[in-house]
Amino acid sequence: MELHNVWFVLIAVLWTGYFFLEGFDFGIGVLTKVLARDRKERRVLINTIGPVWDGNEVWLLTAGGATFAAFPEWYATLFSGFYLPLLVILLCLIVRGVAFEYRSKRPEEKWQTNWEHAIFWTSLIPAVLWGVAFGNIVRGVKIDADMEYVGTLGDLLNPYALLGGLVTLCLFTFHGTVFAGLKTVGDIRERARGLALTLGPATAVLTLVFLTWTQIDNGDSWSLLAMIVAAGALAAAVVAVAAGREGWSFAFSGLTIVAAVAMLFLTLFPNVMPSSLDDAWSLTVTNASSTPYTLTIMTWCAGIATPVVLLYQSWTYWVFRKRIGTQHIADAHH
Amino acid sequence: MDSARKENDDVDLALAPETLARWQFGITTVYHFLFVPLTISLAALTAGLQTAWVRTSNEKYLRATKFWGKLFLINIAMGVVTGIVQEFQFGMNWSDYSRFVGDVFGAPLAFEALIAFFFESTFIGLWIFGWDKLPKRIHLACIWMVSLGTILSAYFILAANSWMQHPVGYRINEERGRAELTDFWSVLTQNTALTQFFHTITAAFLVGGAFMVGIAAFHLVRRRHIPVMRTSLRLGLVTVVIAGMMTAVSGDTLGKVMFEQQPMKMAAAEALWDGQNGAPFSVFAYGDVSEGHNTVEISIPGVLSFLADYDVDSYVPGINDLNKAAQEKYGPGDYRPNIPVAFWSFRWMIGFGMASFGLGLLGLWLTRRRFLLPPAMRTGEDEVPHLVLFRNKALSPKLTRLYWLVALWTLLFPLIASSWGWIFTEMGRQPWVVYGVLQTRDAVSPGTSQGEVIASMTVFTLLYAVLAVIEVRLLVKYIKAGPPELSEADLNPPTTIGGHDDQDADRPMAFSY
Repeated sequence: MELHNVWFVLIAVLWTGYFFLEGFDFGIGVLTKVLARDRKERRVLINTIGPVWDGNEVWLLTAGGATFAAFPEWYATLFSGFYLPLLVILLCLIVRGVAFEYRSKRPEEKWQTNWEHAIFWTSLIPAVLWGVAFGNIVRGVKIDADMEYVGTLGDLLNPYALLGGLVTLCLFTFHGTVFAGLKTVGDIRERARGLALTLGPATAVLTLVFLTWTQIDNGDSWSLLAMIVAAGALAAAVVAVAAGREGWSFAFSGLTIVAAVAMLFLTLFPNVMPSSLDDAWSLTVTNASSTPYTLTIMTWCAGIATPVVLLYQSWTYWVFRKRIGTQHIADAHH
Repeated sequence: MDSARKENDDVDLALAPETLARWQFGITTVYHFLFVPLTISLAALTAGLQTAWVRTSNEKYLRATKFWGKLFLINIAMGVVTGIVQEFQFGMNWSDYSRFVGDVFGAPLAFEALIAFFFESTFIGLWIFGWDKLPKRIHLACIWMVSLGTILSAYFILAANSWMQHPVGYRINEERGRAELTDFWSVLTQNTALTQFFHTITAAFLVGGAFMVGIAAFHLVRRRHIPVMRTSLRLGLVTVVIAGMMTAVSGDTLGKVMFEQQPMKMAAAEALWDGQNGAPFSVFAYGDVSEGHNTVEISIPGVLSFLADYDVDSYVPGINDLNKAAQEKYGPGDYRPNIPVAFWSFRWMIGFGMASFGLGLLGLWLTRRRFLLPPAMRTGEDEVPHLVLFRNKALSPKLTRLYWLVALWTLLFPLIASSWGWIFTEMGRQPWVVYGVLQTRDAVSPGTSQGEVIASMTVFTLLYAVLAVIEVRLLVKYIKAGPPELSEADLNPPTTIGGHDDQDADRPMAFSY
């Protein structure tokens, strides 16, 4: 396999890792207003991701950095073209990180409530916007002969992309609900299960519509396979929730995200950002990529570093493997 | 008519995408870097204190670890989130830069994320939440991993920045219109990268040391938390003095590298308009940029030449000569950076840094170790140290108080110095974004509208201002509160990974958000 193809796969892997991990993070953020009944339950939810959300977010930074290094033209077109949506995502991620760290640092009611609002909105908005962004990437946007985005903000808010946003929001929230069922104990765990059963079928319908639309527009047999896996995994996740098999339901909701992202990248290849104005102007793995020399160095780095990262990140999840309930949350403020 | 048009041009220039994008980069980057040096140094200093706790089991070290660790966490949260912007800003506002340099510049950024960011972010989670989940030594290892992560991160991003200062290991591909990497090793190990790294890291420790001294002084002058603050004072002062010396040495080395690689930057730093032998170091200058000379100048002869290459008589080229040479080499244009900014930022960097180093040196002498003091001047663990000037002469209560207050009010001096240092480095390189290869005006995103850049600059500035107020108030609250009392759980860390064996499964977490 040629190196630019390897890097296309690696970029897909990084985004998949990001959506798998930050997916349930965002979901937990949304659940603080949907599932939690009081502050203590909100804190239970927040603490299920407390030690790991920061490491999860680095998958995004790595995806960004790796895109810059491996496909500079893609990086440049994407982030200058999707300027305002990306700006909103960045603002959300800034506030979100601070909200997690600072919420408990003052005892005042108003202080804590404000940060809790922030956690909800800054989890919900990026969960939508990433779907909108990827919907547009896959569908193709107005890119001219100089690889510049020449569309408007309105062009990005088309029905297909907006549906994509709704799908990522639902998928991430479902994924988060399943994660909450896996990581909590007590009443909230039961309610997480109930919510997952409500949320699951709705998510499945929306996801299926979006993926079918994608398949009809740009699909081939490989993307069809990925779509079937995604749909099957989502169904299996709901069944596992109903059967009370929390570990399996999380594995399957994760697999849904993996397969859905894989499908998007499969429909994209060999483009990285298709132009809706002229096929010849599309950014591809060849015309957007770095030199083989740079890609070789990057491959060595990723080849050695990624397994190590996976190893110590998994270890972290193992260290914090115990379920959390309201009894584990101290009243005293730190 | 002419003046009306000129005014119009000025307005256009003030709102030109290049100007706006530069302002945004300046604001977000200087802001981000307010948190970076403190993060780098406090990570290591906290790790040092925790090591002392693990080795000695002396509780004052654990209290100190918790106190400084808390301030470190409040600070790094801001460093992390403002760093996200840095990763994407190149693509947003500087897409032509990204296209041109991505093949070279992207790699160290990706390395930074893959190697350093993952390290930092994962192990900080383990450290924050791991007090009752990890055995003592493994928990200690986590904070050292965080520290290693911060230092690796600095190295990769400084290697990338050094390539902008002095591009090496690349060739220009005319057909693709971009720079392409040919030798990654030389990008990572060129002397610009190594000296910049050395200078930045030592300066970061100067920042952390002065911060520690200032806060210890705040408590000592009020006679509170004395054992912990005595230790912190000592650690801070030693850090300031060692880091201060090394910052000066590395700065001098970096200066010589810059005289060679970017003579224009150094000529601008000195407002040296015309080249001369035995060039003076200018203490104060006021000049006319358009005429290319100084109208007022106070200077010390020969010092600039000495700084350039250890020879007081050597020739140092001036701004006018260098500008002319650049015009011959690169075509018509103005190749001078903003001279007043370069001149004054260079002085403020050195001035604030040196002032802090001097105060630290004085403090270290005044609070010197027991065996250097006569018995009457020695103090115990729970006493505020006397400030002993000469053998049997302590400072008067008034002067003692003055010293503590000066230490407190100068705690941010090295941070100010480091901000000015970066402003000098980056603005002194103008009009180039990659020195001698790509000009800043050719680097901006052509498709990004004025409105978009204005919008993002405005919201970033407003959000950053609000967050600054929140962060500083939070720091002040925790500084004033002082080191926490230790709990039963603090003194009985688990011996197994994952927490205590389940004799009490409902035990509250030692730390929760």
